[in-house]
Amino acid sequence: MKIHEYQAKELFAAAGANTPKHIVVKTPDEAAAAFDQLGGKGAMVKAQIHAGGRGAGQLKGYAEKLGGVKFVSSREKAKSIAAAMLAHSLVTIQTGPEGQPIKTLILQADAEPDKEYYLAMTLDRALGVPVMMASAAGGMDIEKVAHETPEKILRVPVSPETGLQTYQARRLAFDLGFTGDQVEKVEKIMLALSKVFLEKDASLAEINPLAITKKGDVVVLDAKIDFDDNALFRHKDIEALRDLGEENPVEVRAANANLNFIQLDGNIGCLVNGAGLAMGTMDIIKYHGGEPANFLDVGGGVTPEAAIEAFRIILSDSKVKGILVNIFGGIAKCDLIAEALVKAGREVGFKVPVVVRLEGTNVDKAREILNGVKRELPMIQSAAGLTEAAKMVVAAAKA
Amino acid sequence: MSILVDRNTKVICQGLGKAGTFHAIQCREYGTQMVGGISPGKGGTVKEGFPLFNTVAEAVAKTGANASMVFVPPSGAADAIMEAADAGIKVIVAITEGIPVLDMAKVKRFLDTKPGVRLIGPNCPGIITPGQCKIGIMPGYIHKPGTVGVISRSGTLTYEAVFQLTALGLGQSTCVGIGGDPVIGTNQIDLLKLFQEDPGTEAILMIGEIGGTAEERAAEYIAKNVTKPVAAFIAGQTAPPGRRMGHAGAIISGGSGSAQDKIAALKKAGIEVAPTPADLGSAVKAAMAKKK
Repeated sequence: MKIHEYQAKELFAAAGANTPKHIVVKTPDEAAAAFDQLGGKGAMVKAQIHAGGRGAGQLKGYAEKLGGVKFVSSREKAKSIAAAMLAHSLVTIQTGPEGQPIKTLILQADAEPDKEYYLAMTLDRALGVPVMMASAAGGMDIEKVAHETPEKILRVPVSPETGLQTYQARRLAFDLGFTGDQVEKVEKIMLALSKVFLEKDASLAEINPLAITKKGDVVVLDAKIDFDDNALFRHKDIEALRDLGEENPVEVRAANANLNFIQLDGNIGCLVNGAGLAMGTMDIIKYHGGEPANFLDVGGGVTPEAAIEAFRIILSDSKVKGILVNIFGGIAKCDLIAEALVKAGREVGFKVPVVVRLEGTNVDKAREILNGVKRELPMIQSAAGLTEAAKMVVAAAKA
Repeated sequence: MSILVDRNTKVICQGLGKAGTFHAIQCREYGTQMVGGISPGKGGTVKEGFPLFNTVAEAVAKTGANASMVFVPPSGAADAIMEAADAGIKVIVAITEGIPVLDMAKVKRFLDTKPGVRLIGPNCPGIITPGQCKIGIMPGYIHKPGTVGVISRSGTLTYEAVFQLTALGLGQSTCVGIGGDPVIGTNQIDLLKLFQEDPGTEAILMIGEIGGTAEERAAEYIAKNVTKPVAAFIAGQTAPPGRRMGHAGAIISGGSGSAQDKIAALKKAGIEVAPTPADLGSAVKAAMAKKK
């Protein structure tokens, strides 16, 4: 689960990190008032969306060059920039061409950076423990730094029981080149990062940039936190920060039906049991010249109701020209899937070909069921094997 | 021959809820020695023919159990795994999906203090030595005793592989689902080592997916240490970066974990890579033919 920049900063601030003062606003008038509250000399207006690259982004359909981050030096400017942002979608390298509507802004006290650093914490999968990462090459595309000059990123494994220790933070601070009283200031931010990461079950927590300001302060200038969905059951406070408006509505609907669904750009819908097989099914569609419209794992204990909802969701995408149902019956019995398929066909109505490949537990019973409805539901086509199924659905989608 | 589990393995089930009980019965029907279940507070009673114990330590003392199948829900699963390890269980198979990653990071460090204990999973279908012992949720009947060792991060994709192998007349020595989470107990290299040493295994099939760099490290290990034929498949060649594809561990992030990188590493190590999930069995056959 993702949260907004301002929410991440508030969590870090509560854990002891120095963050520039900000005020959350939802209207141009609130922006003007916030400008005054912050001292009336200057402030940053920052669009709050769940995507990176805001500064370099562009408001969709806005005549002037304006992204999601802008310094303003007057009350009037704060109001007009806020009005522009709140009226447009923001397109960044992470949003796709449609962009993301901006509903919330922050006005942030001016904290002009003199030098920028990168600081983050995530899981080191190979070590099986969290790791803190830091780099003096901050503010830039950190993936590029990691790829081209990995030696510029310092990595410190952190014990999941005791968290980052002060000596580790101190060493990192010196290794990054901090001096004087700034060492202690950056230590505090590192310890706060570790505390939030471990206490709130984050999967990625990023401070980019961490900045030394022109006045000599060390501050969290931008922040991002992703949380481990599997741990939300013990963090009601974090779950309350969820902004469903930032998520794909179709994916939210699928999640409510206990379906694991991800929307893609192709025209062949997929309904599969098991995440690995679901990915493999997308791959074989592509291999035979098609493009998958979605990833969908219906899980092992799929009910007829969930299967019907799955078909509704797939068919709600007007791009879909064919559907591939690929079930390997283990615990999920093939005959139950076939019955759900028939029920879905009757309730939803199949307007595109549905190619079905079933294998495993009770497959013979399932084939009988599908044979029995050939006339009633002519869009259902049985395939003998996985390769044949993929070829059939690719051909159907091209027809 | 086989690895880790065989007809002498004595198994208890932790978490006898609806799913746990159903699968414990299925395992017993397959022929697994299911010697009891853990149900705190119900020790001394019997459920579906399984003697119940309050603690794993008690079950081990009274039944000689040396393996456990864990179905405990996510909030208590880490505790259950550590209890089993502390009680002397040697093979812990954690089926539970959805355990918080940081819980598993702590479990891993706990297990480092328990030499000889092996955790399979979590978030996995389990382990099966066909005809001898099934600990998990896989459909037993598709398996056939034989000489192919299977290592997989996925559930149904493993069934797919086993089904194809059996159809080609290639039985399996042992099939291990290692799980789809970012932090797992037993990894590919641990099992490659065991299969390489197992005289009953002649070839190995490794099914991976996007996320992490475990397959790349396994490929390096194979090039240096494995003389038996190895075939592989990587799921997720069409997965978009930054999205979690069903499994918590199946995500391309920070520029690493893509299927393309993994396939390149595997091919570089001389491993036969199946182009699609329909070619899992034939890739093993091709790998075996090439080594002869």
